[in-house]
Amino acid sequence: MPGLGTSFGRGGATVWLPDLANADCILIEGSNFAEAHPVGFRFVMEAKERGATIIHVDPRFTRTSAVADIYAPIRSGSDIVFLGAIINYLLTNENYFKEYVAAYTNAPFIVSADFKDTEDLGGMFSGYDADGLVYDFGTWTWERDEKGHIKTDPTMQHERCVLNLLRRHYGRYTAEMVEAVCGTPRELFTQIAQTLAKNSGRDRTTAFAYAVGWTQHTNGVQFIRTAAILQLLLGNIGRPGGGIMALRGHADIQGATDIATLYDSLPGYLAMPSVNRDEQTLAAYLKSQTKKTGWWANTPKYVVSILKAFYGDAATKENDYCFEYLPQLIGDHSQLVTTIAMKDGVVKGYFCIGQNPGASGQNAEMTRAALESLEWFVNIDSYDNETVSFWRREGADPSKIATEVFFLPAATVLEKEGTMTQTSRMLQAHDKAVEPAGESKSDAWYFNWFAKRLKELYAGSTDPKDRPILDMTWSYEHDDPHERERGEPSTLKVLQEINGYYTATGEQVVSFADLKDDGSTASGGWIYTGVCPDKHTNHARSRDASGPYTALNWGWAWPANRRTLYNRASADPAGNPWSERKKYVWWDAEAKKWTGVDVPDFPATKAPDTPANPDGLGMDFHSGADPFIMMLDGVGQIFVPGGALKDAPIPAHYEPQQSVVENALYKQQSSPVFGRYERDDNPYNKPIDENYPHVLTTYRITEMSGIMTRYVPWLAELQPSAFCEIDPELAVSKGIKSGDWVTLSTAVGEMEARALVSGRMRPLRLGKGKRVHQIGVPYNYGSMVALARGDSVGQLIPISLDPNVSIHESKTLTCNIRPGRRAAYHEDAIDEPVPARERSSFGQPLGRWASAGSGAGQRQEGEKK
Amino acid sequence: MKTTVDLTKLLAHDGADLREHVGMLPNVKSQRTQSLKARISGAKAVTSLCCYCAVGCSTLAYVSDDGKLLDVEGNPESPINAGHLCPKGSALFGLTVNEARWTTVKYRAPYSDRYEERPLAWALERIAQLTKKTREETFVRERNGKRVNNTLGIASLGGATFGIEENYMLGKLMHSLGVVSIENQARI
Repeated sequence: MPGLGTSFGRGGATVWLPDLANADCILIEGSNFAEAHPVGFRFVMEAKERGATIIHVDPRFTRTSAVADIYAPIRSGSDIVFLGAIINYLLTNENYFKEYVAAYTNAPFIVSADFKDTEDLGGMFSGYDADGLVYDFGTWTWERDEKGHIKTDPTMQHERCVLNLLRRHYGRYTAEMVEAVCGTPRELFTQIAQTLAKNSGRDRTTAFAYAVGWTQHTNGVQFIRTAAILQLLLGNIGRPGGGIMALRGHADIQGATDIATLYDSLPGYLAMPSVNRDEQTLAAYLKSQTKKTGWWANTPKYVVSILKAFYGDAATKENDYCFEYLPQLIGDHSQLVTTIAMKDGVVKGYFCIGQNPGASGQNAEMTRAALESLEWFVNIDSYDNETVSFWRREGADPSKIATEVFFLPAATVLEKEGTMTQTSRMLQAHDKAVEPAGESKSDAWYFNWFAKRLKELYAGSTDPKDRPILDMTWSYEHDDPHERERGEPSTLKVLQEINGYYTATGEQVVSFADLKDDGSTASGGWIYTGVCPDKHTNHARSRDASGPYTALNWGWAWPANRRTLYNRASADPAGNPWSERKKYVWWDAEAKKWTGVDVPDFPATKAPDTPANPDGLGMDFHSGADPFIMMLDGVGQIFVPGGALKDAPIPAHYEPQQSVVENALYKQQSSPVFGRYERDDNPYNKPIDENYPHVLTTYRITEMSGIMTRYVPWLAELQPSAFCEIDPELAVSKGIKSGDWVTLSTAVGEMEARALVSGRMRPLRLGKGKRVHQIGVPYNYGSMVALARGDSVGQLIPISLDPNVSIHESKTLTCNIRPGRRAAYHEDAIDEPVPARERSSFGQPLGRWASAGSGAGQRQEGEKK
Repeated sequence: MKTTVDLTKLLAHDGADLREHVGMLPNVKSQRTQSLKARISGAKAVTSLCCYCAVGCSTLAYVSDDGKLLDVEGNPESPINAGHLCPKGSALFGLTVNEARWTTVKYRAPYSDRYEERPLAWALERIAQLTKKTREETFVRERNGKRVNNTLGIASLGGATFGIEENYMLGKLMHSLGVVSIENQARI
């Protein structure tokens, strides 16, 4: 989550979920909080009961909108205009939190005179290389004095200080522009801007909540950046009832980002070495990755500790701690780029574990077709799914598909022990309730088996390329005899290794401050250090919810059990609470330490009046009033210098790759640097395409996730099949009634679904009288298996990616719609959903489903008929 | 919630259970009703987690003496969910106990039009051998004069639906094999 990372320092929600109840106002945008995270939403409702104003901005009127105090419609993909206009409103009306902004952000910093803004260059920033479709970041930097110190203007009057740059950059983002581009009535917009301003400041705080409605865009990272700037201007970061709640989708998606199974990341947000940064040796890598100032000055300690955790005694100072064992990145190896490489025959073998890209992938048909190019494919899951059964999908000829396919049955969460990290960065352990069904095994079991077997297969090898496998430490024997006999590894021992230990004694490391770069400590993921501070303690299993609402003895949140990040900012520069009402963490002058209801996210005894050392290294460079300890300069970044983000130092509105209107703000239509992969099997609609005149947006529904819900009878009865929501005006013009089959199309493909004609989707009136219809499609279904079925909307979505993180643009597309089913419809591919009025609450439909949803053999027989 | 607490205070006098009374007198109960027990009464309650969204609701899985799953409910002690679950979480039982679930190895041979049942041990060994074979064929030590020590021939996908320990094990193993395309659902 570099949108948050480059603004504040860490790629995680800044908020402890229950703390939303303390907000005076909550802006929910890019999320249907009530339906997608229903239980978390209770804290929004509690805030509302306490008098908070709830605002929902969304293309669709949802159950979140229904309980909001203010609902504002918006055209999908136009959020930077909406948020940018609020920034403009705050600056124009001098409604921002001046003391906070001056002390805790880089608003007073002076930007280099060489930097040119979008206002100067017709929608581009300086440094654009039109041939390479990339930016050179040389001018995205600060003006420095002769000693190399950044020039600042604490009064924020200098014309090139960040605050004034911001004024100019967003000068044309007005309420009128919002109405013309977003389709949000200007009065409604102004009411929202006023509400945010009124509910922020010393005595009041506003929280933002978003989900993938903001991330899945070619400009997705910049959506979040705009929100981050806004929250810095309003002074809401690090404070109770404030912050930015990033609502993450999967149960352990935060954990899978932290302890990264992401190509470019090692656990703890350390970068994978890359040939493109010439990180060939440990020294070169550390030089490239270590920051001189701020907490990241500690990078070498974390890198050496991870290498010690991976390679144990084999990792020595003399051999650079086996740094060369790590493979080097040679480019973008992200999922969809890998899918393209797979289709082209580069990838031969593929492990897919608990993910169903054959339905949920973008350009889903290409994803499925790519699997045909593999030599072998391994799927670990609990159910048959569209990915593993790609070879028998509609239109495929198995007799021409050479791929060898393995399905390994997976235990469910109830059948294994382990730990997951939820959306507020909190680790919670779960115990094993029952034995895995049949031959099912935990994923840990499989990984443990493969690791041990591969060690055996490579035993005795003298080839240097095999050293990593042979030297990899791997001893996770379960202490419980029953589990040991089953071959189940001890996840506790894995967690203890992630936490870290002293290599000489094997004792647990208590804090990441104790990690060293001399090989005396090992830690598989420094941000989790502290969760298992000794062999007998696992804070992820702490289950005492007594005490204040921060519940510090329930689970354990990284880093160091801090619940609200950057909470030093909940006190003023002198260390006193901004107000009694918003007291959270403050300086106790008598005890000479920070204190409060949370663990201070700050050096515990660093006094607020500690001066910064302008020539200091690491944390010495920060003063006692610099709350953003991970950042180079200790402050929140309104302007992101130096190309930490590849598309913009301050967010600018570009239309999605596929749009229905020209960019009203700049000549540049869409992001000049988005990841473009146009080819025959991944065609794009034209930027504005008369054949695809409607906006398509996607979302998830309460009762469904994907394969994990589509087989569950109770849920399948609630949401049996794919549908699409269309507004009544469009429905009448196309002759479509609720319940009719309709076919949606893009250049990539077609999908069919039942129409749900609903006032929840509303036509928008944009500038120049342009009337726009938005169509909403749930992103939960797949058409091959399970009780709840339907075409996947992934079949309509081309692969076009954000330039920073290679996330796809699934939230805004253009499409066409026509009544009737799609052409290549296969008669028994989809069961006819039973219309609601014919459905008895129990009985017949469930019986039919039960007989349809059984083992593999039966399903194959059924299909041969 | 505030209202519940107030109501309880108002009505639950002399320690009487609110549920036993409506009005002034104890509720009338048949003998059968009196003898009924909750499905989960006496069952072991195991603390687990909901595996759907990232809110992190704590659950209690009720297990019978002979190790069968009886029900899954929200854990009232959790500061996150305080006993609540959404429709998905409330249906967790059906994710684990489900006749449509595949609990054995399925194998589809090249060019075949069907899955076959195969022993787990056979499948694991075959996968391990294929992994080694593909690694041997595709491992690259140097590219354009630079050490890369990687293989583009193997890729891994998934992570957000399983635990952090499992993510760590998978990442450690894949990195050590030289795999660089290691990805999960968290692409932002």
